[in-house]
Amino acid sequence: MELQLRGITKRFPGVLANDSVDLTARSGEILGLLGENGAGKTTLMNILYGLYTADEGQIIIDGQERHFEGPGDAIEAGIGMVHQHFMLVPVFTVTENVVLGVEPTNFAGIMDMKEAAREVHEISSKYGLEVDPEAITEDIPVGIQQRVEIIKVLFREAEFLVFDEPTAVLTPQEVEEFFGIIRGLRDAGKAIIFITHKLKEVLEISDRIAVLRDGKVVGHTTPAETTQEALAEMMVGRPVDLLVAKDVASPKEVVLRVDDVFVTDTRDQITVKGLSLEVKAGEIVGIAGIQGNGQTELVEMLTGMRPAASGAVYLNGEDVTDEGPRGIHSRGVAHIPEDRQRRGLVMNFTITENIVLNTYYDPPYSKGIVMDWDAAAAAAAKLVELFDVRTPSISIPANSLSGGNQQKVIVAREFSRDVKLIIAAQPTRGLDVGSIEYIHGRIVRARDAGVAILIVSTELDEVMALSDRLLVMFDGKIVADLDPTQVSATDVGLYMAGATP
Amino acid sequence: MSDQQRPDTSPPDGKGTSQFFQDLTGLGIDWRSAVLVPVLAIITALLVGVVVIVFTDLEALRLWGSDPGAALSKTWSSVSGGYKALFVGSFGSLRAISETMVGAAPLILAGLSVAIGFRAGLFNIGTEGQMLIGGMSAILVGVAFQLPLFLHLPLALIGAAIGGAVWGAVPGILRAKTGAHEVITTIMLNLIALNLVVYLLKSSLFQAEGRTDPISETVAVSARFPRLFGYLHDSQVRVTAGIIFAVLVAWFIYWLLFKTTLGFEFRAVGMNPDGAHYAGMNVVFLYGAVMAVAGALGGLAGADQILSILYRGSPGFSAGIGFDAIALALLGRSHPAGVVAAGVLFGALRSGGQVMQVETDLSIDLILVIQALIVVFIAAPALIKAIYRVRTGRAADLPTTGWGT
Repeated sequence: MELQLRGITKRFPGVLANDSVDLTARSGEILGLLGENGAGKTTLMNILYGLYTADEGQIIIDGQERHFEGPGDAIEAGIGMVHQHFMLVPVFTVTENVVLGVEPTNFAGIMDMKEAAREVHEISSKYGLEVDPEAITEDIPVGIQQRVEIIKVLFREAEFLVFDEPTAVLTPQEVEEFFGIIRGLRDAGKAIIFITHKLKEVLEISDRIAVLRDGKVVGHTTPAETTQEALAEMMVGRPVDLLVAKDVASPKEVVLRVDDVFVTDTRDQITVKGLSLEVKAGEIVGIAGIQGNGQTELVEMLTGMRPAASGAVYLNGEDVTDEGPRGIHSRGVAHIPEDRQRRGLVMNFTITENIVLNTYYDPPYSKGIVMDWDAAAAAAAKLVELFDVRTPSISIPANSLSGGNQQKVIVAREFSRDVKLIIAAQPTRGLDVGSIEYIHGRIVRARDAGVAILIVSTELDEVMALSDRLLVMFDGKIVADLDPTQVSATDVGLYMAGATP
Repeated sequence: MSDQQRPDTSPPDGKGTSQFFQDLTGLGIDWRSAVLVPVLAIITALLVGVVVIVFTDLEALRLWGSDPGAALSKTWSSVSGGYKALFVGSFGSLRAISETMVGAAPLILAGLSVAIGFRAGLFNIGTEGQMLIGGMSAILVGVAFQLPLFLHLPLALIGAAIGGAVWGAVPGILRAKTGAHEVITTIMLNLIALNLVVYLLKSSLFQAEGRTDPISETVAVSARFPRLFGYLHDSQVRVTAGIIFAVLVAWFIYWLLFKTTLGFEFRAVGMNPDGAHYAGMNVVFLYGAVMAVAGALGGLAGADQILSILYRGSPGFSAGIGFDAIALALLGRSHPAGVVAAGVLFGALRSGGQVMQVETDLSIDLILVIQALIVVFIAAPALIKAIYRVRTGRAADLPTTGWGT
């Protein structure tokens, strides 16, 4: 079977989201659709799925033009979509989620869950998608939940499967398993469209690659014909430095010392179990680890957002264990939080308001209790310029910026203060290549200016490239202290899994 | 490490205000829809009000079968007569305008009480109770002293604000410390206040001499809001300086919310308590503080009710204004200027509705129907947008950037 998009154009007020896009997907083939955030990938797929109607252009399946009024029509035509954020009912079983909306019924019109479970089992064994049909969805890991989404799509007899940034939520191991699954689907004759902005993944999994930039298809290629560098240039429109350019660090005095701390999470489980570390001025220390090994709680504790159950934290020799977020900030610590939309920004606040979010109470932004919004706006205008935040105005809310620009607002706010220590959790998660390059550059510049930097990231490539010293966190403890230039990614991966190479 | 220092600064429920809450209360919308949707909602509610008038005019309905012409003219006359009386009764004369303002003053103060809660992400249903406690405090001060006006009136108002603030702070602190939801606690405190007032009015502290029913002494003239048109010696032009006071308070709340650090903190907590916590704000303190301010505003609304109109306390003297205030704050999009405008509108509906009831066959309940319809359309902006095919919405809906992931 063959799916063709011909001359698809979609305009939003002031934006040309898709500009006469031509694309073909065929059975037994994986098409990688590569593009930065905002390039128009999601808009294009929403048109394909019937969520938007194109202003111009045709959707042709096996030579026949189709018109989709809604997702129902698209599903009918054999198109299945696995969204980045899963659309599952947490308290339902796997089977219930799969059949939701198309429940099999017996002769009396009563739901036949036995038949449903049988069909779910049949699909999962046919395509190697192991799941327990009786499991409650919220109890199973994210990687398995994604399988449920895939089974859901297959249950509706999809021939064209669209995956929107499917690896964003997965651990490295889950990514490998996931790639196995979609190769299996391809070999079973399905057509796969794999949307991503990750160069490595698109090279690993695709049979063909289409690159989208500013709403236009700027090139077609195959993994055999191209390289990461060439793809990055196509995607961004200029040569991109994929490696982090930096000189050897020259560490000075110890800025942060963590001494045998224990921290509990929101459910009172101990997740940081006697952890000690040191970060010196002028060095970047990276903490690698699989999500859920206590990194989140560690960062929250270090930034004053979560109390330590025991142990001590010293900043330039001063005991700051019991300080709250303000006490930590005011001692020259910058914090780039893991979840920028929940913590780092107040999404409905303007850029100006977000720029002064943790300094508003001091001059020049306020005198006594009276805010000086002119001073705040002046600072915001300067920082937006300096940190290359792409925005039409400083008085629009943060939620109308793209993810990369939102992160730049946080970086601008945190880096522009007089800081001695930067604690950055997942500083580039979900960002496009251009923004990643920019933020990495800023971090290295801060290091060279003598700031101590602690990076916590689940992206192994990122911590390997950025760090001067690499720590591996497993089960609430530091299990390895490595020189990233002397160690292989495989060995780090083993430490991350709790083994010793 | 002490318990006081750190754990308490995190919001107990750990969740931001929902998109629904923000849409409902007008927190996260651009100014264009903040003005457009309420105006269209009022127009739509008045139009639906016409339908209600038509279908409740039984006489005219009966005529439709036999004499459609007469039915039409009868229907027309009740609709036009009703709305004309509504307008004349609210803005048609000095007396009418005066009555509109008499109604508007406590509504504005109570509306501000609800609105400032919304701004901080809290649903203050307790304004009615805060009004009662504030009003009782004003009576206490107004009866107990003999002072010159420039001292006595401010003192009574301060007393009312403190009484309301204490009553309001309780649910705020409970929310921050224990996570007890303010909707539940404020509703319960309303009931407690209602019965406490009856009890107090029969106690020797409040009860008027020689009375056996629950009614208080009359407050001293020096504690009352002076009448603005007192020199006319027209007892029907009742408007007092209370309306000026209410507008000044609204201006103060605007200044507090948008020009001060405390207001910045209130708004940050309202939009995103996690973000506020990250930024080093004390969320526990802020929940308590904002509810205390909301309570003080409710208390002032109760004081206006006593010091402008009633001069003495009787059971339920708050007259449901604290509940109308919720609708009013929604209509005003939780903005002080919007609350003033909505307060004048509701005051006009009250005043005009009374005239309408006297001069036509229409019941004043129609006013309640119109008010309720306004709230329905505000709460369902999608409906308004669909009817008028306007493109409004959260600023986030505007594609100023790409439409990618």
